Amino acid sequence: MFFDMLHVDYNFQGGKMKKLITLIVLFASTVVSAGTLVVNSNQSGESSKAAFDAYVDAFRAAHPEVTVVVNEFEHEAYKTAIRNFLTAEAPDVAIWFAGNRMKFFVDQNLFQDVTDVWADAGLNDSMASTKGSLTVDGKQYGVPWGYYQWGVYYRKDLFDNLGLNVPRDWEEFKWVCAMLKKNGITPITIGTKYLWTAGGWFDYLNLRINGYKFHMDLTAGKVSYEDPRLDAVFDHWRELIDPGYFLEDHASFSWQDAQAPQINGEAAMYLIGNFYVPTLESAGVVDKMDFFQFPTIYKGVGVAEDAPTDTMHIPSGAKNVEDAKKFLAFMSNKEAATNWAKMGGMLSPNKYADKPTNRFSVMGAKMLAAADDIAQFWDRDANPDMAGASMEGFQEFMVKPDREDKIRARLEKERARIHGAL
Amino acid sequence: MTFWERNQLKLAPFLFLAPAIMIFLIYVIYPIFDSIWVSLHEWNGMDKSGTKSNGDPNWRWVGLEHYITLFTDDDEFYVSLFNNIRWLLFSLIAIPIGLLLALFVNQRIMGMRYIKSLFYFPFVINAVVIGVIFTWFYNPKYGALTFVLNFFGLDPIPFLADENLATYGIIIASFFPGIAYTMILYITGLTGVNREMIEAGRIDGASGFTMLWHVVLPQLKPATLIAVVVTIVGSLRSFDLIAVMTAGGPWGSSEVLAYKMYQESLFNYRMGYGAAIATILFLIMDIYIAWFLYRLFKNERSEK
Repeated sequence: MFFDMLHVDYNFQGGKMKKLITLIVLFASTVVSAGTLVVNSNQSGESSKAAFDAYVDAFRAAHPEVTVVVNEFEHEAYKTAIRNFLTAEAPDVAIWFAGNRMKFFVDQNLFQDVTDVWADAGLNDSMASTKGSLTVDGKQYGVPWGYYQWGVYYRKDLFDNLGLNVPRDWEEFKWVCAMLKKNGITPITIGTKYLWTAGGWFDYLNLRINGYKFHMDLTAGKVSYEDPRLDAVFDHWRELIDPGYFLEDHASFSWQDAQAPQINGEAAMYLIGNFYVPTLESAGVVDKMDFFQFPTIYKGVGVAEDAPTDTMHIPSGAKNVEDAKKFLAFMSNKEAATNWAKMGGMLSPNKYADKPTNRFSVMGAKMLAAADDIAQFWDRDANPDMAGASMEGFQEFMVKPDREDKIRARLEKERARIHGAL
Repeated sequence: MTFWERNQLKLAPFLFLAPAIMIFLIYVIYPIFDSIWVSLHEWNGMDKSGTKSNGDPNWRWVGLEHYITLFTDDDEFYVSLFNNIRWLLFSLIAIPIGLLLALFVNQRIMGMRYIKSLFYFPFVINAVVIGVIFTWFYNPKYGALTFVLNFFGLDPIPFLADENLATYGIIIASFFPGIAYTMILYITGLTGVNREMIEAGRIDGASGFTMLWHVVLPQLKPATLIAVVVTIVGSLRSFDLIAVMTAGGPWGSSEVLAYKMYQESLFNYRMGYGAAIATILFLIMDIYIAWFLYRLFKNERSEK
């Protein structure tokens, strides 16, 4: 989490001048008069910034009467800054995340109800698939602008060399791992230094074994971490840990560090989000890569996928609510919605948006459209406190699986403190 | 005579001190008491008069509950506390190494100035950069350390991924700037060493280690005192290297109090709990500050 702060993206398009302007705008934002629309954005990466700028420009063209002022924050720094600006100097629109991350601010009455935007702009129809993740007690508190799939990104060339096929169930998956291991290839790469990658593994094992409903109850703190239904999750996880299928010493690697073995052809599979694709492209190995859905473990369990959704919200302290609603409603504009998602490497939640063209996005869109349920991701669904403690536990389990009982007892203690006794 | 003319001499010092005292009160004294006040409450960092979705207030008096939890029901607190003690003890190793280096570069050899500046370099670069460099150095797959170990036919040591080694790995990285700093303190100290005493010592037959121990070191006492205090305070504040190199991991095993405080208050929304940790860290630091002040006053008195 913290290390990502070092990756402050200085590649502002247009160079220093634009950076200067952004800075000036940042300071000026506190004195702008009503009538202008202040948007706080965390879209600091090179491509995500360009994508967001395209949306803003399209909005400006459609609504010339509104002066849009964008305050850009570095992506990680934004996560702490938002708490201050929502209470102290609220913008009119703030970019954020769906699920529990949004609910935290809804519970604090810091985000406005935008149910009317959904109704008026026809989002109930065009955004039906992501509506649930933006709904609290039957009301919508934000509008999604993009989401992306998780799944297994693998080296097709390595699979082909060994004559391996894409595994569809757990037995096949383990067999593929065993074959790769036998041939001196690390079956699965992972870097757990910043913990959340381990959360991805827990998500998928639990979703495939216990299903979406149970998973959401667990993230909501309604199920004990010592519940016997979780035994199978840790047992299955162990079937990969004990034979050494995961990258060795993964606790010393960040998710970026863990890319190297796969790019070098020393590791075959990586359970990660679609944001991995730009790296594969710039590393020149994208042609050797392919994607498959996390395999089925128990037949009859509904298929749920992790697809974190990025969103826009109107803070309760917004001064220009009228124009802010226009800005959110503009997501119903097919072209603008398409461009923002496409340029940012995301899938558009607007079902009328143009279909993606990137190979991985096409597969992701197909997979998510067929999914029974969509989860946000462990650290977005769970309470932040619980997410931190539990992912630390998952990391420890992946290195010291014998401590399972101790770890689960510790997590249960933490859950009881946060959510109360069951 | 006006009031001002009569009291000018008495008032002037206070007027000159006033700005500094104001800043000190606002930015040091007030936050200390505010932190202690916050530590007696449960607070998620949001509007103090607001409520959570379940109706509980955001800001609630809990008395000493946080402190009781810390000492009786939080294993991670003890991990952090012991790591702080490890930092405190092991970072002192930087001092004798700094002294050795100072003695080494204190020789009159051509080009020594440049060598001196090279040794000083680690202190100039940012701790985050040092953290990143050492993280690469320790990388068990592609790091320089692994390369060296492989060369001697040894297995790589995953310093930062091992719960027992991670803290030591970070402390070693902290030596890099720490040694440079103590070296500078000793170089300055060495310029003040009395040459006549050295001569006298030589006539009495002292040389090498005896000379260092009985003649030079006593004269470097002020430098040593500052080196010890700065190193200890620095080790208690250690945070940046940990954040960069392990993020407190693996599974929290390299956390120290300052890092745990940051995690609890900023990421887990437990401001009160974080403040309680800060207060304990403050009390620990107080012991050293008190010791330092005691030594300082004692020295001043004996000089008079």
